Amino acid sequence: MKRATAIRLALIAAIVLALELLTRTGIIARFVAPPPSEMVAGLWRLLLSGRVQPAIAQTLGKIAIACASAIVVGSAVGVAVQRSRAVADAMAPFFTAYYAVPVYAFYPLMIAIFGVGEAPQVVIGFMLAVVAVVVNTINALDRIPRVLRKTAAVYGMSPLEAARRIYLPHAGPYLATGVKLAVSYSFIGVIGAEFIMSRVGIGHEIVFAYNNFENEIMYPLILFVLLVAGTVNGLFYAWEKRLLSRRSRS
Amino acid sequence: MTSARNNLLVILALIALWQLAYWAIGDLALRPPLDTLRKAAALIASEGFTAHLAETMRAFALALGIAVVVGVGLGFCLGMSRLAGEVGEPLLVSFYSLPKITLYPIVLLIFGIGMPSKIAFGALHGIMPIAIFTLGALRNLPPVLGRTSRALRLSRWQSAWTVLLPAARPEIFTGLRLGFSLTLIGTLLGEMFASQRGIGFLLMQAIGLHDTDLIMALTLLIVAFAITASMALLAVDKRLRHGAA
Repeated sequence: MKRATAIRLALIAAIVLALELLTRTGIIARFVAPPPSEMVAGLWRLLLSGRVQPAIAQTLGKIAIACASAIVVGSAVGVAVQRSRAVADAMAPFFTAYYAVPVYAFYPLMIAIFGVGEAPQVVIGFMLAVVAVVVNTINALDRIPRVLRKTAAVYGMSPLEAARRIYLPHAGPYLATGVKLAVSYSFIGVIGAEFIMSRVGIGHEIVFAYNNFENEIMYPLILFVLLVAGTVNGLFYAWEKRLLSRRSRS
Repeated sequence: MTSARNNLLVILALIALWQLAYWAIGDLALRPPLDTLRKAAALIASEGFTAHLAETMRAFALALGIAVVVGVGLGFCLGMSRLAGEVGEPLLVSFYSLPKITLYPIVLLIFGIGMPSKIAFGALHGIMPIAIFTLGALRNLPPVLGRTSRALRLSRWQSAWTVLLPAARPEIFTGLRLGFSLTLIGTLLGEMFASQRGIGFLLMQAIGLHDTDLIMALTLLIVAFAITASMALLAVDKRLRHGAA
């Protein structure tokens, strides 16, 4: 495992280095991409100038709200749907088709319902994330063996107690998959909504820079989004992996 | 047969929900199902729509083709060696979960506005899920298959084509199902953001003009297409799984 990590880091370093060389020598034209070192320097300068902090805070706040509400609502809906096999089976094709629907098309509708503020972007992030949580909650509950349900019944546990002592520990890793996806989908949803039609947030800043040919702002911002989303997603990925490996050991 | 009936019930429930939402919210940003259906029919019959549809379908088909070939190829490259899989999987997963829309300006700078950008953006969405599922499918194969192909002295290429691919097909197909949906949304997003033709462009234009009739009709058509395709693929998926057992 250690060796794989080392190779992976070396691979990433090699790619960055190659990009640096290609841009420095002009094989990749400057207006297409600046060298990575300049992107990092640009990001540093941008953060020091304090210009983008409000947009960053706003975006991250929206993502947090979208993600948290998707986890709460998605788990509740998942538990409710999973109680009936027929309903869960009938919904399955719709859940997979759901991610082919451009949720952004509902943006005008969101504005009509929630006003022009930040709420529509949060709702878009929520809409993308919630179905992943529902699907994974159903999947997690499906994997609880019959015998565990019977054990809970034999001990006369209340549903809440059974959930806490038996179902959650057993289904935990699969629920973690839903949480992980909720995080990345709320990133995608919120930033995408800002990207397409919003006047605030980091997604909008990127589009604004693009439209004004301000590569020295656009690339650092893209780098920032990728770094933050990559780090957060990576942490949740590692967390899920740990839960899963603990499961296979026991 | 029961599953077809259940699907029909879900569709009816969705339409009922839509009608209820219309009554609750009103004319401001929603249209009732029947009106939307009528508008969608008129839209399909209208002049010029076929050209937009053909444009989108061509971009989508090419993007899907690229996504499938590259995704399965990448999955096999990483899946046939243990070390390569361990090195590559976290990279694939983290790329999969990034908000790829932020990369769109870069795609535009490289490919320019138009067809190549759309295809690239659609493929970008589809490659990762297909590669991840292929990798997972190969890893879950019983080791005896690998040993058998070594005992038969098959070349890497032969063993991939004649042993591993048929054995892993059901799971790879599940990845293709997901890749299909994501490639579709990637292509449409590409059209929404910077394009002069296609369904996504029409949608973005309608949003800009607040043409609710058109937004609803287009969304209905896209959703109907996505659901129909998803159901067909799910049916194939089920058959593959039962046939393999």
